[in-house]
Amino acid sequence: MTRYHPSLILFGLAFLFGCALLLFANQAPQAPQPSKHSQATQAQSRTPREPSPSPAPARTAVPEDSVYQLQARFTNQDNAEFVLAERAGGVQLVAMFYSSCKYVCPLIIGSARGVQKALTPKEQAKLQILLVSFDTVRDTPARLKATAAEHKLDLKTWTLARTTQADVRKLAALLGLRYRELAEGEFNHTSELILLDANGRIMARTDKMTPIADPEFLAKVRAALK
Amino acid sequence: MHPRIFCLIGTALASLLCTTNSALADTAMPGYQLLPAGRFNSALSDAENVANAENDAGLWVDAFALMDKPVSNSEFLRFVITHAIWQRDKVPSVFAEARYLQHWAGPTRLSVSTDEAANMAQQPVVNVSWFAASAYCESVNARLPRWIEWEYAAAADETRADARADPAWRERILSWYSQPSNTPLAAVGQGPANFYGVQDLHGLIWEWTEDYAAMLVSSDNREQNEQNRLKFCGAGALSIDDKEGYAVLMRVAMLSSLRARDTTANLGFRCARSLPSQAAGKQP
Repeated sequence: MTRYHPSLILFGLAFLFGCALLLFANQAPQAPQPSKHSQATQAQSRTPREPSPSPAPARTAVPEDSVYQLQARFTNQDNAEFVLAERAGGVQLVAMFYSSCKYVCPLIIGSARGVQKALTPKEQAKLQILLVSFDTVRDTPARLKATAAEHKLDLKTWTLARTTQADVRKLAALLGLRYRELAEGEFNHTSELILLDANGRIMARTDKMTPIADPEFLAKVRAALK
Repeated sequence: MHPRIFCLIGTALASLLCTTNSALADTAMPGYQLLPAGRFNSALSDAENVANAENDAGLWVDAFALMDKPVSNSEFLRFVITHAIWQRDKVPSVFAEARYLQHWAGPTRLSVSTDEAANMAQQPVVNVSWFAASAYCESVNARLPRWIEWEYAAAADETRADARADPAWRERILSWYSQPSNTPLAAVGQGPANFYGVQDLHGLIWEWTEDYAAMLVSSDNREQNEQNRLKFCGAGALSIDDKEGYAVLMRVAMLSSLRARDTTANLGFRCARSLPSQAAGKQP
C-alpha cells in the first residue's frame, strides 16, 4: 500500500486554498459594488417564469402582465426576506415612499389608511398594504420598523420593505412611478396608491393623497375584495 | 523538507497570481472608455439647486467607464441566446411591449438573408425596452449610464471635453435630428471618436439611461407651487437651464415620455460601469 508523504497532502491543501483565493480575487474587481450587483444579477438570472421558492400553496404561474414577474428580493421591517410573488393570493395596495420624507410620505401612509378605514372589518382583514422605500441607504429594517411604530401601523396588514437600488428602479418602473434622488437623501417622486389583484396585476391607481379615500378608487378596492 | 514550507509556497504562489489578476482587471476594460471625474453643468438642474449659488460650479460626476459604441444587434443576439427569457416570444409583457425586437426575423435570428444578417449584425440594436437594456448591462457586470453621465460624455466633440458653447458644434448635432428617421441605421463605430474616445453619442440613435424615469421636467421654476409639492415629494421637478441646447432637450423630452416597457425603432443603449472607489477620484 502506498502512503503519501504528509507534506504532499499539505501542499495539495495549500494549492486548493490558493485557488479559492484566486477565484475570489478574480470576481471582486469585476463587480465594483459587490452586494448590489450580485443581487441584481441573481434576480435577473432567475427567469421570471420560474416558480418562486415560496411555500405558498399551489398557485398558477405568474401572469406575464404581473408586477410579480419582478424577481427582486425584498426585506421587511422585521428583517425577513421575501419576493413579490409570495404575496400572490390576495388583493393589496402598494405604494412607494421613504421614511425621512416630510411632505408627502405621511400623506401616502394617511391615504392608504383612509382606504383601509373606509372598509368593513371583514374587508380590512383581506387587504394587505405594502410600502416600499426609495431610500436604500437610510431605510434599514430597523428604520422601517420605527416608521411603522411612529405611524402606529398594524403589521398584520402593513408591510414596510426595502430592496437594492437597481430593484427599486425596476419596481418603480413596473408600477409606473417616477422618482429622482436629490442631495442629502431626499427624493422627488410621484405619489400613487396602486391596487394589485391576487396575481399582481395593476387594477387601479390614484394620485389623490387625501386622508379620506378617493371614492372612485375606493369603489375599485371594494369590488376587488368581493 | 519541512511540510510547512510547501504550504507557504502554495499560498505565496496563489497570492502572487491574485495580485497580478486583480491589477489587470482594474485597468483592462475592452470596449469601454474611462471618463475622469469632474464638475459638469447639466442642461437640467434641480429647481432647489438653481436657487443655491453653491451649485453654480456644476454637479459632481464620479469617474466612470462608458462603452465606446452602442450595443449592436449581434451583441444583443448573443445575449438573448444565453438569456432566453429575453427572446421576444418569451419575455413577459410587463418587461417589453409587443414591438420588442420586431426588426429581427425571429426570436434568435436577425434576418433570413445572410447578407442582410451580416449588415444588421453591425447596426445598433433598437426596439429594446429599458428592462431589456438593463438586463443586458447586468449580464456584462455593468449598468445603464445615468443621464448626467451620458450628457457629460456627449458634451465633448473630437477635441474638447465640453464643446456645448460652440454654435458650430450645436448646428452639427442638430443636423442629425432633422434627418428623416426612416433611413437605415449605420453600423456602430462609424462616427468620429470624441475627446474621451466614445463614438456615436450623436447622430445614430437615441439611448436609454438608467434614470430616464427621473426626468421630471417642469418648464418653469415658477411652477414649483404647492400643487407640485404634493405631487413630487421632497423638492420640485427639474427645470431646464440651458434653453439653447435643443439637441439635449430633445433627448430629455423623448426619454421622459417613455415607459420602461416601451420600445422604438431608433432607441438603443450602451452600458456603463462605476469604478472601484480607489480609482474613482472621489469628490473632495
